[in-house]
This record gives sequence, structure tokens and C-alpha cells, in this order.
Amino acid sequence: MTSTPDVIVVGAGIVGAACAHYAARAGLKVTVLDRGPVAGGTTGSGEGNLLVSDKAPGPELELALQSAELWRELAEQLPRGVEYEPKGGLVVASDEAALTALRTFAAAQEKAGVTVREVPADRLPHLEPHLAPGLAGGVHYPQDAQVMPALAAARLLRASGAELRPGQEVTGLLTGPGGAVRGVRTASGVLHAPYVVNAAGTWGGELARLAGVLLPVLPRRGFVLVTEPLPRVVRHKVYAADYVADVASDSAALQTSPVVEGTPAGPVLIGASRERVGFDRTLSVPALRRLAAGATALFPVLAGVRVIRTYAGFRPYLPDHLPAIGADPRVPGLLHACGHEGAGIGLAPVTGRIIAECLVGGQPPLDISPFDPARFEAGGGA
Amino acid sequence: MVTESYDLVVVGAGPAGLAGAGAAGQLGLRVALLDMAERIGGQFYRQPAAALGATRPQALHHDWDAFVALRGRLAAGRVEHLGRHHVWAVERDGDGGRGGPGERPGGRRGDGEWVVHAVVGEDGGEGGEGGGEGRRAVRVRARAVLLATGAYERQLPFPGWTLPGVVGAGGAQAMLKGGLVRPGKRVVVAGSGPLLLAVASSLASAGVEVPAVIEASGYLGYARHPRALAANPRKLAEGLTHGAALLRHRIPLRTRSAVTEAYGSERVEAVTVSRLDARWRPVPGSGRRIACDALAVGHGLVPGIELATTLGCATRSTADNTLALRLSSTQETSVRGIWAAGEVGGVAGAQLACAEGELAALAIAARLTKPGPYAGPDPRRPSGLDPGRPARVGQLLSRRARLRAFAEAMAAAHAPGPGWTDWLSDDTEVCRCEEVTAGRIRAAVTDEGARDARTVKLFTRAGMGWCQGRMCGAAVSCLAGDGQPPAQRRPLAVPVTLGALAAEGPGCGQEPSRSQT
Repeated sequence: MTSTPDVIVVGAGIVGAACAHYAARAGLKVTVLDRGPVAGGTTGSGEGNLLVSDKAPGPELELALQSAELWRELAEQLPRGVEYEPKGGLVVASDEAALTALRTFAAAQEKAGVTVREVPADRLPHLEPHLAPGLAGGVHYPQDAQVMPALAAARLLRASGAELRPGQEVTGLLTGPGGAVRGVRTASGVLHAPYVVNAAGTWGGELARLAGVLLPVLPRRGFVLVTEPLPRVVRHKVYAADYVADVASDSAALQTSPVVEGTPAGPVLIGASRERVGFDRTLSVPALRRLAAGATALFPVLAGVRVIRTYAGFRPYLPDHLPAIGADPRVPGLLHACGHEGAGIGLAPVTGRIIAECLVGGQPPLDISPFDPARFEAGGGA
Repeated sequence: MVTESYDLVVVGAGPAGLAGAGAAGQLGLRVALLDMAERIGGQFYRQPAAALGATRPQALHHDWDAFVALRGRLAAGRVEHLGRHHVWAVERDGDGGRGGPGERPGGRRGDGEWVVHAVVGEDGGEGGEGGGEGRRAVRVRARAVLLATGAYERQLPFPGWTLPGVVGAGGAQAMLKGGLVRPGKRVVVAGSGPLLLAVASSLASAGVEVPAVIEASGYLGYARHPRALAANPRKLAEGLTHGAALLRHRIPLRTRSAVTEAYGSERVEAVTVSRLDARWRPVPGSGRRIACDALAVGHGLVPGIELATTLGCATRSTADNTLALRLSSTQETSVRGIWAAGEVGGVAGAQLACAEGELAALAIAARLTKPGPYAGPDPRRPSGLDPGRPARVGQLLSRRARLRAFAEAMAAAHAPGPGWTDWLSDDTEVCRCEEVTAGRIRAAVTDEGARDARTVKLFTRAGMGWCQGRMCGAAVSCLAGDGQPPAQRRPLAVPVTLGALAAEGPGCGQEPSRSQT
């Protein structure tokens, strides 16, 4: 074993990478462990959405707005391309009722600091020439962006200078007198550090359990369809206004509202089915069908385009759809950075910054009480 | 969308599928046989397109009589052949909530049913163009599914392998059998495995000059399995036939050698053949040029098991580092109701495929006609096989055991050595679809910490393209150094247009309601 790090980050996904990056920048010595490879979990299955458009005013939107700024900085700092594209989002409404709801939603977002531009029906083709005719209108969100998440995690980790140990599963937490964290146990031995950051994504609940505390992270499955490579037929991140309702829904049943976007590599990605079915990767034909139907309704030109692959991923969510970020008041030395659901790529930088500030005793960039990791403990928390 | 219901859907109309469908039909089951090609036969009994008007297709085939017999049984069993059906997924049906076709006329509920999803269209064609019929989505329902999807060729890249004129060894055979086309006038045959001898012999019979057959293994490997050899005189005879053909056409066979580079401007003009050490590393200074206008190259076959892996069927690693399905003594996969026969259970050739197809049919018929608790498998006395035909079952079981043993010996003898990646230069394109070089993959491993094929794919896009890693999977796994056979997870077994997917229409499985208020 090498010399003792200041902090152990458990999880080499995008959130763990961002925590490592900002902690290292704050002068800490960081070791990152993962039971699998870099970006082996949700990060490797995501589309790389950096969205402000789908968030209602509130604590998550505040995170998203700050994180959007940080992503812009990171994209310039990272040594090699991570396919960062500040391409903007376009939310469209199919009828007047949906448009009215979208307008109300956007107006509230604008008050909270989001840049919104209403797009009347006749202007939609200027932004997206291949959109279906007959839509009622839409809202353009220039702050929405996209990144290739696995590459971003790898490059961020490398740039951080943190020691990376893939393939090492944490099997226990070491605690000292008073229950304070002293390190972790893995299959290959023990590693000591005064701080441990839980960035284990969908497995964040398991790691909390090793520490003897409750953090009810659950998986919410999503399928993504990937088409054959195409010239740029879709310029923005385009989705129907129903998506926002799906994201916020508590239902376990399958929900699909298409999110359609092109990528620098050529394929169009169609995402956003949501179901709570545990860690079940079984192909769901109904989910694929509805994604396909939704995408071709938005872009009829896609009907003749072939889907060459599909994959499932699991979004780590907490019951109130907010992440757990910050120090755990129940276990000194344990910090959490997980439960970002479908927004982890977007929210990773601000999460990393908050964690770094917590580690060095600084001031977090915003009020983090809504993300209190102890808020689900019976009779405790917020 | 109309959904036809059958007792059994067989996917793949090669030897295993033909034998399985024919036998099941004769046992009284209602059988549909789906295959992507228009005509039955698969790769092994590939027939020329009818339009070519071939008068003696059997001239290019081994064992044509067996094919004629299989074709006859298919007709006798009134099996419904559904050609040009590209199956993209098999899905468990009846997870609840759906009325309708679960109840079958005269049938029982119990084991549940399967929905086989396919698109119908030209073999490998660009469906949907010119405003024509395009690819139509269809569903076929069945009480049992027999997967007989065969195998595809393993390619190990080398500098120059993307030049025109470099074709797969199996591809060269298919060109001859299916299109009556010669890949070149002077064709080097290279790679590893028993297919090379058959390909060289077919090419020579078709009038092609074959300057050499280059085999990376030594044939000494077979000597380590004397019992498997002795028990398979017919296999030996086959080998001797091909060997005799090589002698007759004066084709030299060079073992422990490989084509380590191909050259040419417009197309391949020559190849370098190098000697290999025991680990398949090229021996420095041993390279020799052979002029040719085509190269037929392949390193054995990889079971095509994606339909099964998507269903969660268990797999096993084979001696030559591929994944095959783990099967019970009665050819059932680990998923009850899904059966498999032929190369998907481990590459072993047409004779074994036929025996396994028939065994599976017997077991499926026994299951579907006599429902009841399934007694666990017993390798010596498999239950669930038709007790009315003990002699036939016994014969098939012993044939299977004998041929499997031979196949294992062959797989071990031709397993690629770990040193082959030494012949890749950094600028050799490994993933042709996404144009990813060996150097880029090596950088992902050394600089970015990728240690397995999936992470290499995420970082470099190798394997994300059109062929979904069928061409580069073996190479990427070796370069990633994870020592695992390439994963065979492709939830869409063939590409499907968004229009066809969207037209799948409700009624298939459960249709959950939108919950938005």
C-alpha cells in the first residue's frame, strides 16, 4: 500500500471523478476505488445530458445552473475532447394546452435564472428543420448541453491526479472510537483515510448500509436507442413537454417521452424511458416501441433510420428525487455524493465542488440542506 | 399486426434448424422455421439464388444427400418456412395483464409463451428504400423456441486486412455456394481451423489457383486427443478428403504460420506469411511474400448467441475462447422453454448440428405433449425425451457425445495464441465500422485505465458501429487484455428501423398505461 490518502472516493463514475477533481484541486491527496472499471455503472450508460430545461425551480435547478457554468470551465480545461457540445435544448408542445403549461413552467424557470426563449410554431423549422409539422410551439433553452460521459469521467480522473484503483470492491468501512470513519476494507486489504466519499451511484445505498446508516437509493431503469450514424438531422436536444412530468413522477410503471439528439459521432440517441423494476436488464419491447414511436412522431424523417443497438442503464434515485450531497451527520468522516437519478452527469461538477468544500471546511457554493444525506432516517433529518 | 401462433418456432434454417423443425413437424407439432435468407440451408447448405439457374448446386457441397433428406422431412412434417425473416429479439410473453392469445385451441396454459420479433425484408438489403415495401415488422408466437442461429467467422486483424480482395474464409465459401462467384484467380487461404481445408478444396475445385493454405496452429494439437480422433472415423475421413484434394491440386499447407500483412494499392496484390512461435508471435525475419489477388482468411467460428443472451441464457467459455450456450442434456438452455442446437452450443459442424436439432425436437415434443413436473437432467438417461423412441434417442445421444468430444479437441488445437496481437501495428484499423486503430485501443488501456472490452468500447467507440463488434470483438478483447471471451450481448440481434419498431403496435406483452396527471 502506498502512503495514506486524505480522502477515499468510492466510485469511478462521473460524480466520483468530479469529487476527485475538486478535492485534488483543493490540495487533498485522493484515491478513487471502484468495484468495476471507470464509468462502469450509470455513467457508462448515460447519454450525457447536461440539462437545466427539465428542472422546476428549486434546489435541483440551483445545482444545475451552477453546474452548467462549471461544465463550461471544465470543457476548456480538460486536456482532450470530451465531446462537450453547448448545443441547447428545444422543448416542444404538441397542442395549445401543452404549450400553455410549458409557457408557465418556462416563466417560472426564467425567474429562477434560466435563459428561456419562446419559439413560435412557424420558427421551429429554423431551429430544427426536420421536426414534424403541426406542433403548437416550443421553448429554446440555450444553457442545455451534452458531453460524452464515459470519456469525461476518464479524462477528469486523469486530470485530477488522483490514484485510481479499479476492480476493488469496498467490503467494509473502518471506524475508530466514536464511530468516525478511518478508511475502507477491500478484498485486497485495508486502506486508511480520514474521509470516505460515497459516490457509488446506484450502489450508494449499499455503501451507506456498510456504514450502518440508511440511504434509500433505488434504481430506475432507462433504455436508450442508438441509430446508425447520420449526418446532423437533429441539432439540439429535442424533447416533448411531457418529459418534465415523467422525470418528476413517482410512478413505478413504464413512462416514455422521447428525448432525441444527434451526437458528434453520428448516431442519433433516443432516450428516456423510466421504470422501476430493480436491476433487471431484460429487453423490454414495449419500452423500445414507445421510444421509437415518440421519436418518429417528433422527427418523421427518422422512420426509415435503423436502430443498431439499445442498452439499459439504471438511474440512482432517492424517494424525493434529490441527490444526497454532503457530510453524513450520523457518521463522522463519511460524505455522500450519490442519488442524482438521471441528472448525475450534469450535476457532477457542482457536487464535486460541494464535497471539496465540505472536506476542507469551506463554504459550499449554495445551500445544501435539501441534500442532507440523513433526511430519510426515521425521526431525523430535515 | 397479425400474430401467428405455433407450438414451436425454430430460428435458423441451417442443419440444426432443419433437423429440429423437420423432426418436430413429424412428431405432430405446429412448427414455423424462420431464417433471414430466402432459401433454406443456412451457411453450410447455402444454395445459389434461384435466378442464377444453377443446375448442379451439389457440386460445391459436402453431404448434399443429407440436405435432400432434411428437406424431405421438412415437407413431410408440414413445417411452415418463413424466409427473409430477420429475428431481432425473442421475448417472454404473458407477464400478466394481457388477455387474448394466451389460451390456445386444445392447448394448455402453463409454461407461458414466447414472442419472436422479426422484420421481413431482403437478405441484408437496404430495406425501406425507394418507397417500396421496406422491412415490415412481424411477431410470431410460440410455446417453445429452438435457437439454431449458427455461428459467424472470427477475424483477427492484421495490417492491410481492410484492402479489397481480403475476404472471410467462410465468406469465400459462401460466395462460391451462393453466388457461384470466385473471390479471385489466385487466392491464399489463411487463418486457423478445419474450415480452411474445406475452403481451399472448394476453391480449387472451382478452378481457383490456391498458392498456399496458411494455418496458424500445428495439427499436432489433435494428437493430444487420440480417443476423440479414434471415435470419429468419418471426421477423419473428411479431413483426409480435403487433404487429398490439396495434394491433388498441389496446394502446400504451411502450419504454425500466419498472414501478418497484406499489400496492394487498389486491392490485395501480395501477402507476407510469417512463422509463428508457440504463442503465435511472429518470428522476426521469417516473413515471405506470396503474390495473390485475393486472400480468404478466418480464425474459426463464433457462436451467434445474442438472442439467447438477451433472454438471460447461461453461457460457457469454449476451448478456443468464445462463448457458447450452456445446455442441458436435452438441449434446453438455462431459460426454460428456450432450446438450442448446433453451433450456438459450441462450434462442432453440421453432423452434430443435425443430431442436436433432432434431439431438441424430441425433447420439445415430449414437453409440449406431456406437461408435468420436469425431472432434472441426467446425462446418462435424459428425461423428457420421447420414451417411444429409445433406440433413436440412444443413437443420437452417443453421436452427440462423440462429435462434441471431437469438436472440443479441435477447438483446443486451433485456439488463438495470445501473441497474435504482436502483428498489429499501431495504425492497423481494428474496428472498421468506427475506424479505431490498434494504437488508439492500446492508448485507452495504458493511458486511460481501460482494462476490459466494454470500457475500451466506451472510450474509443471500437465495436459500437454497424457490425456491433462481430468483426472486432475478439481483437478488442485481446488488446484490452481482460482474458475473457468477447461478450455476446446485443439486445437487437439485427438492426431495425425506427418505423418498424414503432409499428410493433400494442398488444404485445403488457401495455402499461401512462401515468401522468
